Amino acid sequence: MPNETLAAKTPVLDIRKLRVEYPLANGDTLVAVKDIDLLIRPGEIHALVGESGAGKTTVGNALMGLLQAPGKIVSGSIAIAGKPIDLRTGRTEGIVPGRDVGAIFQDPMTSLNPLFTVESQLCEGMLTHLKLSRAEAKARALDLMKAVGIPEPERRLGSYPHQLSGGQRQRVVIATALACGPQLIVADEPTTALDVSVQAQILKLIRDLADQRGVGVLLVTHNMGVVAEIADRVTIMQNGAVVESGSARAVLTAPKAPYARTLIAAVPPIEVRLDRLPVPSEETQVTLDARAAVRSKSTGSGTGSRDDVVLSVRDLAVEYGGRSLIPGRKASVFKAVKGVSFDVRRGEIFGLVGESGCGKTTVANTIAGLVAQSAGSIDFEGTALGAKREKSVRKSLQMVFQDPYSALNPRLRINSAIAEPILFYKLASNAEEARQDARTLLEAVGLPADAGGRFSHAFSGGQRQRIAIARALGPRPSLLICDEPTSALDVSVQAQLLNLLKDLRDLAGLSMLFISHDLAVIRQMCDRIAVMKSGEIVELAETETLFTAPKHDYTRELLRLAPSLDRILSRQAAE
Amino acid sequence: MLRLLSVRLFQAILVMVAVTAIAFVMFRFVGDPVAAMVREGATQAEKEALRMALGLDKPILTQFVDFVGQVLTGDLGTSFRYQQPVVSLLMSRLPATLELVIVATVLALAVGIPLGVLCALKPNSVFSRLTQATTLVGISMPTFVTGLLLILVFAVNLRWLPSSGRGDLVDLGFWQTGFLSLSGLKSLILPSITLALFQLTLIMRLVRSEMIDVLSSDYIRFAFARGLPRAHIYGRLALRNALMPVVTVTGLQIGQLIAFAIVTETVFQWPGMGLLFTNAVGYPDVPVLAAYLLFVGFLFVMINMAVDILYTFIDPRLRTR
Repeated sequence: MPNETLAAKTPVLDIRKLRVEYPLANGDTLVAVKDIDLLIRPGEIHALVGESGAGKTTVGNALMGLLQAPGKIVSGSIAIAGKPIDLRTGRTEGIVPGRDVGAIFQDPMTSLNPLFTVESQLCEGMLTHLKLSRAEAKARALDLMKAVGIPEPERRLGSYPHQLSGGQRQRVVIATALACGPQLIVADEPTTALDVSVQAQILKLIRDLADQRGVGVLLVTHNMGVVAEIADRVTIMQNGAVVESGSARAVLTAPKAPYARTLIAAVPPIEVRLDRLPVPSEETQVTLDARAAVRSKSTGSGTGSRDDVVLSVRDLAVEYGGRSLIPGRKASVFKAVKGVSFDVRRGEIFGLVGESGCGKTTVANTIAGLVAQSAGSIDFEGTALGAKREKSVRKSLQMVFQDPYSALNPRLRINSAIAEPILFYKLASNAEEARQDARTLLEAVGLPADAGGRFSHAFSGGQRQRIAIARALGPRPSLLICDEPTSALDVSVQAQLLNLLKDLRDLAGLSMLFISHDLAVIRQMCDRIAVMKSGEIVELAETETLFTAPKHDYTRELLRLAPSLDRILSRQAAE
Repeated sequence: MLRLLSVRLFQAILVMVAVTAIAFVMFRFVGDPVAAMVREGATQAEKEALRMALGLDKPILTQFVDFVGQVLTGDLGTSFRYQQPVVSLLMSRLPATLELVIVATVLALAVGIPLGVLCALKPNSVFSRLTQATTLVGISMPTFVTGLLLILVFAVNLRWLPSSGRGDLVDLGFWQTGFLSLSGLKSLILPSITLALFQLTLIMRLVRSEMIDVLSSDYIRFAFARGLPRAHIYGRLALRNALMPVVTVTGLQIGQLIAFAIVTETVFQWPGMGLLFTNAVGYPDVPVLAAYLLFVGFLFVMINMAVDILYTFIDPRLRTR
């Protein structure tokens, strides 16, 4: 929404031909940002979008003077509110970071100092930059707390960060950024670490601040839904360079550059279910052959027909805590899961969806045997599962974790990591055969067979997750538990992995328990879905039924709040 | 907060009961106390009489309860060697050790923390490399070598400082202090440096590594993004987080120093508890050893409690639990 009166004012941020380089150890230089231009007017939200490594965060750091050594601005110019930055020092005459430029960081759990009160952290900047007295600063802090909508602001000022929820903490961070009346706010992934319902509130808050206070916002994000929701303009970056820039509507509805097109197409839509997500590179013949080989060995597909129940969970309850140190005193018990029941059928992808803390991961961990249940039963292929399990049961249940960076042992070569469970379950007669299996598995997940000789640090996040999947497939499981397998990954990589998991299900006859907080991903992947809230399943239905005719209020709320490209665009078109 | 305290107190009592039991066993069964106490050539009847008088004929449990009662009333028995109540012996030696340990700890903290911070801020500078190397030498050298070297240089060659003893003491009635006389203060310098060196290195390295961790955290980056002054970020926001483990380590170290400053006290002929203990081991003076065991146990329990309480003041996250 370009505003005539605003457009006439001095831009709050004017970046011209900015180039940031990092000298590397071997004498080369890495160009993190390649000659980009960026203009933000007062009251405008400009989204900077791109996948990890695109250089979008570097832009934000460069203009705040926070570039990590040895990175430096090589050429170009940055002007904040018409005042140019001195490129040698990274500082601007007349512009003070914190006073004129506010920052909002990604993770509200870590961006506040745990040892100081909210008041102390909120007032620091005002005491330093505005030279206010303590009483004045406190009065202003109270106003800010009210402005960002924190309940009981007086009491919350005396709180420590750990006493606030994630959403409240992010509000405090935003209040801190606003404290000295900045003209520009750099928000680096401000809602990525938050649940959808909180995300919607925070986005609205940022939009209101831009509209009411005329603050310009540089919004660094990888989430197209967020862009569609609040951004006026968008710049898409790839490998440090600007690929496309323009009004958010124009870029999202009709992207011109090929990369922009693939990036936007890779965003899983929440409205329709696609057979496959469009990705640039398709599977090769080698991959398909390897999958056929994996399938011929798989044990899950041969026995029984589809629609058999593989996993049956009844009234599952999990409690944490308990057992007080002083005998006779009852310790506080946290009920993470309160009586959950569902079935997973053979060849089905069953989705568990819910906000953080709803107990979905606890359910997965309990089924995998990592957490002990306090009540209820888990029945897997006719065997009741308790804390102690037969080797054959453990073999048939494999898990893929959320963070591929910590899921692989950095000291183990990939081949050994994949061959280890194969040998442990005696699925290969000797080490050479296991290694052969590992190679086939690597090919089946779309990696070259010679990748096995390297260590995990040689791979990107997406490749590591492929390796983790290959490792899970090694013992020939019949049920694969995927706990947020793509939430740490970029959209294009996510699209590839989701396709891969679907193909593996179809080809190897796997059943899957798929856990995610992302409704769009769930819709693309799952056959049936259970929606969890506070440890209970509030709704369980076929995917299409759940998305087209949700019954429970909570499901409807989740669906309404999920930022979605298509819905927002069509809504804007209708206006 | 109250809950935490009560749990800690409960644990402390448990530990003390266990330590008391061990001290009792030692007292009762390491050697025959009667044989150690009677004059030579005593008759069997005399020995029996003494045994009765000491209550050693009663059941073990009753004896233990009696022992606990005695400990609680401050009666730790009589030293075989000095023929004095053990409590008064300990109390006469305690001020010497405590004063030495306090000075050493203050020294270690006052030098170790700033050094650690400086090394963390410029990890690759010549200064921090030099500091790291020097302190490594300091930590690898046995205490007696450091002590003897210091004596050689400052007492023997330069004749600036005394080589042994506590110097002139001022008697405060309950406490004999060396803080109030020049020679007392001079006498403290060499032994406290010797004692502090290990602790200093430990604290410096701990602060350095913690500080490096904290400086890379989001909340410090956020503090920079808010344009706060560097001195404030390093000296207050970051340091407070980095000092958390230092509190634990310093607490344990103080206990360690009080209980086992033996080598330093021997080298400098410091009339502290370490010297009392070494002499008791040689004799063997069982009541002193048992009392010493009780005292050290009590000390560690108290220090750990103090550290836990201190923690709740530093870290608000522990208060609400």
